[in-house]
Amino acid sequence: MQINTRDAAAGVIFIVIAGLFALGTQELTIGTALRMGPGYFPLVLAGVLGLIGFITLFKAVGKAPSPMTGVPWRGLILILGAPVVFGLTLRGLGLGPATALVVAISAFASRRATLVMAASLTVGLTIFCVLVFSFGLGLPVPRIGPWLTF
Amino acid sequence: MEILQNLGLGLATAAEPVNLLFCFIGVLLGTLIGVLPGIGPTATIAMLLPITFGFEPATSLIMLSGIYYGAQYGGSTTAILINLPGESSSAVTAIDGYQMAKQGRAGPALATAALGSFFAGTVATVLIALFAPPLTEVALKFGPAEYFSLLMLGLVASVALAHGSVIKALGMIVIGLLLGLIGSDVNTGAQRFTMGFLELADGVNFVAVAVGVFGIAEILRNLEDESDREVMVKKVTGLFPSKEDFKAAWAPVVRGTALGSILGILPGGGAVLSSFAAYTVEKRISKTPERFGKGAIEGVAAPEAANNAGAQTSFIPMLTLGIPANPVMALMIGAMIIQGIQPGPNVAVEKPELFWGVIASMWIGNLMLVLLNLPLIGLWVRLLTVPYTVLFPAILAFCCIGVYSVNSNAFDLYAVAAFGLLGYVLVKLECEPAPLLLGFVLGPMLEENLRRAMTIFRGDPTVFFTRPLSAGLLIVAVLVLVVVFLPSVRKKRDEVFQEE
Repeated sequence: MQINTRDAAAGVIFIVIAGLFALGTQELTIGTALRMGPGYFPLVLAGVLGLIGFITLFKAVGKAPSPMTGVPWRGLILILGAPVVFGLTLRGLGLGPATALVVAISAFASRRATLVMAASLTVGLTIFCVLVFSFGLGLPVPRIGPWLTF
Repeated sequence: MEILQNLGLGLATAAEPVNLLFCFIGVLLGTLIGVLPGIGPTATIAMLLPITFGFEPATSLIMLSGIYYGAQYGGSTTAILINLPGESSSAVTAIDGYQMAKQGRAGPALATAALGSFFAGTVATVLIALFAPPLTEVALKFGPAEYFSLLMLGLVASVALAHGSVIKALGMIVIGLLLGLIGSDVNTGAQRFTMGFLELADGVNFVAVAVGVFGIAEILRNLEDESDREVMVKKVTGLFPSKEDFKAAWAPVVRGTALGSILGILPGGGAVLSSFAAYTVEKRISKTPERFGKGAIEGVAAPEAANNAGAQTSFIPMLTLGIPANPVMALMIGAMIIQGIQPGPNVAVEKPELFWGVIASMWIGNLMLVLLNLPLIGLWVRLLTVPYTVLFPAILAFCCIGVYSVNSNAFDLYAVAAFGLLGYVLVKLECEPAPLLLGFVLGPMLEENLRRAMTIFRGDPTVFFTRPLSAGLLIVAVLVLVVVFLPSVRKKRDEVFQEE
């Protein structure tokens, strides 16, 4: 029997998200239609989403599978990691070094990245960003953070 | 003539030096990102939202809207010159535009696109000025029940007109609605789904969601396929269309403008649908449909006029009702909320200078765009040689700094990563992210109006069907849903989008 994994996965994700939100309403007052508690509307929505999830899942069964393109794993990890690193280091390292980290990390997300290109990109973009955001727009973040000043 | 007075007020606002400057920056940026494939107006506006924080509300909206319609101009340049849509809305322009360019008629194709867009932009500006005030009047009479039904209609229609699977799009809307509810409940102060994070008390940061789902996910999708972009740019000579070209193009431009203006107003409509529909119509009514796909000027003129008209008229529901017709309009609403303005019919009454200033700026912006696009075409062409490898680290750096600057909060950056992952997974599963963003913006409004309606009408859910206006809106919503699920309509709908 055929199954369209893509649709099936979408259905499962819908059901999981619906389940999580339904669980989240446990600690909230549901109330009645007249006096709706904070949990009322989300619970209704979670129900609807669950239903949509099941319909999507059932419709996936018997539907021809569709081809999936590959996942750029290296890019995925680096691109998602960059904002996290930025968030962790911005206060400590300051705007300049944190920006440099983001650019350096993300530059290697492409399989075509070379060291020279990544380095020049890092330097160029960091200078540009500090000029625009710190000097130009006055972003209230130190340019060089406390971790680097002794 | 009240309308002239209003437009006068608008022009006065739009012509203030600051606003002129930012209108120019907006259309310039719009053209830039329009020309570059791989970065669209939604992601750009999401990135720039935080920067507009410190501006006057009118200035901020004028610049952001300039990006949107500017991108429609820029997108056509790429489509015509390298057969690659700079924006999804100019995908159909590539079909005949590139053929014209191959025949050495790139100049006339570009000029037709720009002049057609300008005509459409002018007409659409007038239409907004004409139709916005009466719609506002009607909307001001709306009670919570009517508003609830209107929001339902908007959400349903946005699914119907989008492409891809209807059921999955419905799922995306509901996920968006649920995400929009995260944070403190307005009525009771109860913390909902915050998982103990204090940072979530005010809700998930809208900019983080938009940047994650559109910006980050888009970068990841582009990294999947890093094949070379072929940039074959011959010197563009003979910019101006001949007399024959004008003769052939004016009627398609008018038809495209009309079609685009109508489709733009509908939720889920806007630029993309308009251009596809206009191309299909031109091909169908043409006496020589075999010329299409081989460099027919009508195939450039109609969709380009339509996408610009659609981009602009999609401002009507946003400005008058506070309901976004597409993700870009959802971002505009986000921009208003950041500025402390409650979107909805009151904007026109309480802030006429903002309302009319934005409308008037569109015409000024369109004028700037014609001047920017035609003489400077060589510059834009050169931009196409910038490789994506250089582009996306810059995009990511701007995203990070921009998102942080909204609340000076590192938590929002982790949210960006989380929503980037969610957005990418959903895109992989062919779930469109646009309905999610609409749902996210409308979720709190929908709940608030539902609760108010229930309190006023004593918990009786039938009010939505017994109040005539509300019932009418809901009936239309149901009809739309039924129609989309009809097999014959479904086939047609797939046909319209298949040429993408």
